[in-house]
Amino acid sequence: MTDTALFTYCMRLADDSAILSQRLGEWCGHASHLEEDIALTNIALDLIGHARELYTYAGQIEGKGRDEDALCFHRVEREFNNLLLVEQPNDDFAYAIMRQFLFSAFMHPFWEAMMNSKDEQLAGLAAKAEKEATYHLRHSAEWVIRLGDGTEESHNRINNALEFLWMYTGEMFECDEVVSSLVAKEVAIDPMSIKHLWDETVNTVLVRANLERPTESWMQTGGRKGEHSEHLGHILSPMQYLQRSFPQAQW
Amino acid sequence: MYTQALNNPAVEAGVEDEEKLAAFQARIDREEKIEPNDWMPAAYRKTLVRQISQHAHSEVVGMLPEGNWVTRAPSLKRKAILLAKIQDEGGHGLYLYSAAETLGVSREELVDQLLTGKAKYSSIFNYPTLNWADVGAVGWLVDGAAIMNQIPLCRCSFGPYSRAMIRICKEESFHQRQGYDLLVAMMKGTAEQQEMVQDAVNRLWWPALMMFGPSDKDSKHSADSMKWKIKRFTNDELRQKFVDATVPQAKVLGISLPDPDLKLNEETGHWEHGEPDWDEFYNTIKGNGICNKQRMKDRIKAHEDGAWVREAAQAYAAKQAAKKSAA
Amino acid sequence: MSEQATPLWEVFIRARNGMSHRHAGSVHAADAEMALQAARDVYTRRGEGLSIWVVPSAAIIANDPDEKGEMFEPTASKIYRHPTFYELPDEVANM
Repeated sequence: MTDTALFTYCMRLADDSAILSQRLGEWCGHASHLEEDIALTNIALDLIGHARELYTYAGQIEGKGRDEDALCFHRVEREFNNLLLVEQPNDDFAYAIMRQFLFSAFMHPFWEAMMNSKDEQLAGLAAKAEKEATYHLRHSAEWVIRLGDGTEESHNRINNALEFLWMYTGEMFECDEVVSSLVAKEVAIDPMSIKHLWDETVNTVLVRANLERPTESWMQTGGRKGEHSEHLGHILSPMQYLQRSFPQAQW
Repeated sequence: MYTQALNNPAVEAGVEDEEKLAAFQARIDREEKIEPNDWMPAAYRKTLVRQISQHAHSEVVGMLPEGNWVTRAPSLKRKAILLAKIQDEGGHGLYLYSAAETLGVSREELVDQLLTGKAKYSSIFNYPTLNWADVGAVGWLVDGAAIMNQIPLCRCSFGPYSRAMIRICKEESFHQRQGYDLLVAMMKGTAEQQEMVQDAVNRLWWPALMMFGPSDKDSKHSADSMKWKIKRFTNDELRQKFVDATVPQAKVLGISLPDPDLKLNEETGHWEHGEPDWDEFYNTIKGNGICNKQRMKDRIKAHEDGAWVREAAQAYAAKQAAKKSAA
Repeated sequence: MSEQATPLWEVFIRARNGMSHRHAGSVHAADAEMALQAARDVYTRRGEGLSIWVVPSAAIIANDPDEKGEMFEPTASKIYRHPTFYELPDEVANM
């Protein structure tokens, strides 16, 4: 019998990684300096790795013969379950870095906790992903600090990014029946259980960056149910174009 | 090659101490490596700065045509390979800028030369990548041509350039293979995929041959570079090597090469080929290629959009340093 | 050109424990942490390293190549420092 909750859970995580890596890939060849170009691509490559493992695993759970590419390239906007945060555009480097920081500050303790998952596949992936997320967090946090405490312009830009992206951070801590049913089986973790760690990281870094944490405000939701911002369709259009145009083709 | 523009006569001979010149040439002839702080003729230094920086610019501009397909790669595996490959090009640009910097010119100056149009980069990157097979054809033909040039550069007389090239060649060994692998996969696929491969090869074959620079009879000043062992083979020698290596691979792939004059000379064992359109070549070098302006616009935009980031990093570093010295 | 130059750092990498750090290349970075990260991202993409040092290029003191004579030539005549200087009796195979 298909474990629908586990399938959905893996697909959410896979979509987060796939969409964020797509956003990071947009920087390739266009970053502020070569060193950073290479660094952003390294993060993108880690995330593609996570997406591939998670889609493949989800496909196995589903048992309908869909592989990583069928799942990534042959679903429409409403079927994607990624966080709204990761689909937000690269308005400038500050947006990209703040998006990465807010996400990695969650993913680092998330994967660490998932190493104890009763699901062996997820626990195995977590062991690898945890190390990668640690570095993503380190890299993005150091940039947040430098931009926040750099020039007036960089401070304003990173502050704008923080204020804009903040309303998308609530979604990371949502716990619907998919998650809670897996928490009960000790397969998933309750995201609220790592909220204090996320808060601690965010608070520490924002202080060092001379940035003020936005006051708790209205949080956007919908990504996990396939209700997205308008950006997602524009991410999927180029991403899926070849698979859609030539559905018979192998690449 | 990546430094085609060097085929214009460049280096004015200054007045050098004859004795030092002779000693220098003797070192070169003994296959000794020249290191940055060693005495070297001004012309040698100048040639190297130009050649290494043009090579670096080519790597960096070369990220763009392939980058054109990053968001559209048709599978997650291919996307990862493509990103890793383009990332390598960035890394190679970085190694080469570093090698040029050992000669006393800063990265900022070198980048400035590129963005103001004072420095050139390889003509090949001014051609567009129009279908997914172009990504494969770039790997197979463009990287294949590059490797022909780069392997002898590992033995270049200037130490830092030679070391950078050794690292680059090591990393690049997967570039040509992934391109060929991509094309093989498409040739096993649908008729449409096969057409894409043939189309890509038709468009990129001649530009790949042009990468080796003008014919030896028109290439005026390889002489110094050969004498200094910066360059070890002539343009035509390298071009011939490339054609000889590539024709059999095309056969295995099952595509034709767009040169009606291509035929095996049984006596020499070499594949004879037609002449590239040198008029097109010189025009592309001059900036009239279909993508020249776009490539420069993209590089300038990335540089200008990144200025506030680089400034912020420096401002932060300065503040930290000030705090430290005050403490 | 108005832009201030970002400092250059030399990167040394230990490939495996038991080996010394070797010069791998250089990176540009505004400060030490960024230099370390850049070195990691640029020079260890294929598992080349277990330990990284970054050193401001400006901090490296090098000898002048013109001093090569006084610095390095006196050693050439001290051949007795090398084991091959000594001939062993045939009966002694190794030493």
